[in-house]
Amino acid sequence: MSSAQNSTHGAQSASVRSTSHIEEELRPALFQYLLRLGDTSLVLGQRLGEWVGHAPALEEDLGLANLSLDLIGQARLFLTYAGEIEGRGRDEDALAFLRDAPFFANLTLAEQPNGDFGRTIVRQYLLDAWQVELYEALQSSRDARLGSIAVKALKETRYHVHYSAGWLVRLGDGTAESRRRVLEALEDLWRFTDELFVADAVDERLARAGIAPALVDLKPRWSARIDATLREATLERPAPSPYPWYGKLGVHTEHLGHMLAEMQHLQRTYPEARW
Amino acid sequence: MRDSTQSQGSRDPRRERLDAAKRARLEEAGRLEEAGRLEEAGRLDGERVWQLLEAVADPEIPVLSVLDLGIVRYVRWVPSGEGLDRLHVGITPTYSGCPATEVIRQAIRRALDEGGFPDALIDEVLAPAWSSDWLTEGGRKKLASFGIAPPEHTVSDPRHILRAPAPVTCPRCGGRDTQRVSEFGSTPCKAHYRCTACLEPFDYFKCL
Repeated sequence: MSSAQNSTHGAQSASVRSTSHIEEELRPALFQYLLRLGDTSLVLGQRLGEWVGHAPALEEDLGLANLSLDLIGQARLFLTYAGEIEGRGRDEDALAFLRDAPFFANLTLAEQPNGDFGRTIVRQYLLDAWQVELYEALQSSRDARLGSIAVKALKETRYHVHYSAGWLVRLGDGTAESRRRVLEALEDLWRFTDELFVADAVDERLARAGIAPALVDLKPRWSARIDATLREATLERPAPSPYPWYGKLGVHTEHLGHMLAEMQHLQRTYPEARW
Repeated sequence: MRDSTQSQGSRDPRRERLDAAKRARLEEAGRLEEAGRLEEAGRLDGERVWQLLEAVADPEIPVLSVLDLGIVRYVRWVPSGEGLDRLHVGITPTYSGCPATEVIRQAIRRALDEGGFPDALIDEVLAPAWSSDWLTEGGRKKLASFGIAPPEHTVSDPRHILRAPAPVTCPRCGGRDTQRVSEFGSTPCKAHYRCTACLEPFDYFKCL
């Protein structure tokens, strides 16, 4: 997606994967579900990309850029598949660059601004931990294509969560200043974590069909992982704040629109521009 | 999938299929140059394709070929709709976000085109997912002599998740006393280390 030329190989490159094994009546739900996974990775990857050249140290600049690349690569796999399931000729680029904010289905947490390095790490850790649990469960999806994307993404995400957890511990159990900053970020971002486990009709439909896990089943594992890391970081889990954020239904905070304005600028200004 | 044992005679069944493709092409008027190239291609077989791939280098670690990396899953002829067989080359991306993936695909495309296989298709194979275990023994040696420490353990062994990572050997002096500087390095597949004996920094090919 970093360049539009990627899709030009389509004519010469065959896909050994087909979409025909998914029942017709499940496709609209699966399309939405794939957008949620793809958009969450894409938006988070784009946010991390904003750090390039600005991170506190060269190593972290490389680290955040590498996470960003993995996430955008995963987004490409999800969005390409979403376009095939939708069957209206939209490829990864059309889905990434030619949709407005209300049609983005990412989790609200992913679009929150970077803030300082500590805030970025808190956001990253909460989502990394969620993706690890989700991809682990998706490995056994009845949809083999989705399962194979999850297997690939899981290996990378395990590496990510190791990085973000390591930094959360260092910052939480670090200086008074680093501790104050991650505490603040944790208190502020925690309200977006409810959405990670709120299932709607799409989630329930796919869970019943054996394609996706029930979100409620992921929560205990995610919570246990979070608690263990927070303990090591000498931080405490904030009080629950059951505020309904529904980024995955297209209802976003103001931040997504600003991010997309920058991300989509080139394609919006010069439609169909190619690298 | 056609059973290759059904082919009569002692001829290589793959050669047989290529000949069929060649004849069909030759019958098409006005495409003599292409037909000529295909005639040339018809004399080549799977081994030739593997040789072509051996010459395709990783753009970021140029000492490694795509075969050393272990990303070529298969080279095979698959029956196509027109009754002819088509060459398929299956490749597996290393990291989802590795920018080299596109460049590698283009390089393979170019090698196949120039090597006389312009009709070949490149399949992207996601499962099973690539891991650093697929690096060949030769690839590991090339990495070390290039100054990049090869992966120290196998990913398929689940114990590697539980136990402390094995010490990484310095590719320059062979010392085992090394430190990790960063989990990420100059490309998605590498981490950044330094040797406390010879004091040189070096890249480590991640175990993933």
